[in-house]
Amino acid sequence: MITLTKEQRDAIVATCIRALPDEGCGLLLGSTSGPDAVVADVVPSQNVSYSAKVYEIDSRVLLKAYRRADDEGLEVLGVFHSHTHSEAYPSPTDIAQAPDPAWHYVLVSLRDLPTVLKSYKIVNGVVSQEDVVSH
Amino acid sequence: MAATLRIPTVLRPAMGGASIISVEGATIGDVLGQLTVTYPAIKGQLLNDDGTLHRFLNVYINDDDVRYLGGVDAPVANEDEITLLPAVAGGAA
Repeated sequence: MITLTKEQRDAIVATCIRALPDEGCGLLLGSTSGPDAVVADVVPSQNVSYSAKVYEIDSRVLLKAYRRADDEGLEVLGVFHSHTHSEAYPSPTDIAQAPDPAWHYVLVSLRDLPTVLKSYKIVNGVVSQEDVVSH
Repeated sequence: MAATLRIPTVLRPAMGGASIISVEGATIGDVLGQLTVTYPAIKGQLLNDDGTLHRFLNVYINDDDVRYLGGVDAPVANEDEITLLPAVAGGAA
């Protein structure tokens, strides 16, 4: 389960909409307890692939996020990105490139309105959806 | 040249479990090449067969991505802090 505030959810969706026509992306900072995560902050990134079909987090944003997490006693607990014309489910590319089995992978689909936000764990290529609690 | 290497969580099991180790080398290529000798299991995650940086590995010297410092030729100075972080990428394609 991943828990985030309504404002954080809105920030994720807004980042993805601003990135159009490209995929939008960013990192999630927060704390974890077993399989559960609580988001403390949403860190938007440029999509340095500048593409509607692939994304990559800016390497400088990534380093800063890890440094900040260390300083503030937080974790980089996952990543979000958008699929502009497909469902909010990890693609084969997402699965192949998922670096960390402990991470939470948040997917936003902008294909339909209202936008759809879902979250997944990806462990050894196996995708499992988790609950998203937004309050 | 002794520098500090910060190892990301996902690479630690294959690199002895430590989060920070001391490394030697005049360039990033030297440092990573030495790591692939010490920890052969991670070779494919650090460098390509032609000795260039793996596409999905970010390597930093202090605050800078080494891709902007000459890649594997980026010089390592005494007491530099080198950080490895897997690139975060994917997409609908």
